[in-house]
Amino acid sequence: MKYGYYPGCSLERNASAYNQSTLAVARKLGIGFAEVDDWNCCGATEYIAINLLPAYALIGRNLALASQLPVDPITGNNGHQPQKQLVAPCSACFLNLSKADHYMGQSPKLTRQVNDALAAGGLSYDPGSIRVRHLLEIMVDDVGFETIGATVNRPLYNLRLAPYYGCLIVRPGFHGKFDDPEYPTKLDTLLQTLGATVVDYPVKTHCCGGHMTQISEAVAHDLIRRLLKNAADHQADAIVTLCPMCQLNLDGYQDSVNKRFGTNFQLPILYFTQLMGLAFGLPASDLGFGKELVPADLALKKIGVEPPPPSTGKRQRPPKEALPMPSAEIPERARKETVP
Amino acid sequence: MEHTPRQLFAMIEAGMREEVLRSNTFWYCVSCYFCMARCPQEVHITDLMYTLKRMAIREGYYRESTAADAPDFSETFIDFVENYGRSFELGLATRYHLRHHPMGAIKQATGIGWNLLRRGRMDLTPQRIKGVDQLQAILARAKELEAVNGGGGVQ
Repeated sequence: MKYGYYPGCSLERNASAYNQSTLAVARKLGIGFAEVDDWNCCGATEYIAINLLPAYALIGRNLALASQLPVDPITGNNGHQPQKQLVAPCSACFLNLSKADHYMGQSPKLTRQVNDALAAGGLSYDPGSIRVRHLLEIMVDDVGFETIGATVNRPLYNLRLAPYYGCLIVRPGFHGKFDDPEYPTKLDTLLQTLGATVVDYPVKTHCCGGHMTQISEAVAHDLIRRLLKNAADHQADAIVTLCPMCQLNLDGYQDSVNKRFGTNFQLPILYFTQLMGLAFGLPASDLGFGKELVPADLALKKIGVEPPPPSTGKRQRPPKEALPMPSAEIPERARKETVP
Repeated sequence: MEHTPRQLFAMIEAGMREEVLRSNTFWYCVSCYFCMARCPQEVHITDLMYTLKRMAIREGYYRESTAADAPDFSETFIDFVENYGRSFELGLATRYHLRHHPMGAIKQATGIGWNLLRRGRMDLTPQRIKGVDQLQAILARAKELEAVNGGGGVQ
């Protein structure tokens, strides 16, 4: 097993399309993920605004649990300590986990105090023993464009895509620089490898507004409007994202932005893993399509994929006849999604 | 935003403590880290903004700023995390908006809230981790230590 997996709160529900498509694509590529047992919230951008040490202790519990995972360590960045790799698909989780590890590594006092707090729960964490990586990094740097290209069997030839990185995957780079902090290109190359046309997207690392939709709507709506307008100006069929917060803001508030500014943006906001899955020939229904609020139907039709019906939000339950006796074949939907 | 970051840091250097902590500037920081990527002196500006938020809350100055509601959003968020171990969007939005802008609560509930619910993207009840007691013990100890520190530290 190579990677630990920290899905984070968003992927449990709001961004379940991201989780579903990530696991489907990982299965296809033969990547195994071991999910951190009983992980807790990373604190997002909120906890650290109120309390410093408790914010680090909150993240520390996740790092401590991740360091117990049965994952093969690699030689560390510093060439000495072996590190276990922990994958976070959410940019905010990625930032918080790497930030806590980084500052603990720099400050023995912080490490001592976080461990003092963790000891109250019978845990401890040795900074530097986890290397936190974003999911996109795993795809482009570990799996690589060549393998991804070789797995494509339904190229996205007719799609024009705006690659949207947002902030935290490229800045500030607590666990190493993944790409240029202001004008990255790795997602561009990935989408081109899938066969899509990548449009020029100068605002690709601008902020989606984060929690500003709740605190100051006017500020948030203007930030979202710029991102939508830039993509629409370049005739993009969709904006491609790698962060649940960016997806929620651009998808969920597109309607409000249209009302406020008298615009008529109709841009589906899709996760990069959903596009990888499409290019790999996986069915759209296995990739979380139908959960987006701005429908992706037109984009899907352009590559000859029949859009699945919109999600109704009903949870899938195993059929009654399958209970209580276990059947010989495990139904597809009942199978645990994490590859052991 | 009342002051640009440059103005704010000049005010800190000039010892204008109260004016700094009353400013609404850091409450408008979205934590995008552009400043940290660009600062030639490698000043950890985003982290300083968080430090100013914590100081303004601890010393009560946030109440006099034009962004007086912002800390409550964070407090409501962490309240759910401390009780369940996970964030809870429906509870957060409902409690925060009902307290501060009830009309906004109605708009949110009939707009994005309903849209997320009908697509199965929002839980009606919070999810609870198994180790809530363990997490609470850890956070309680961290708060004790923070009280001894006086809430200091920059990161």
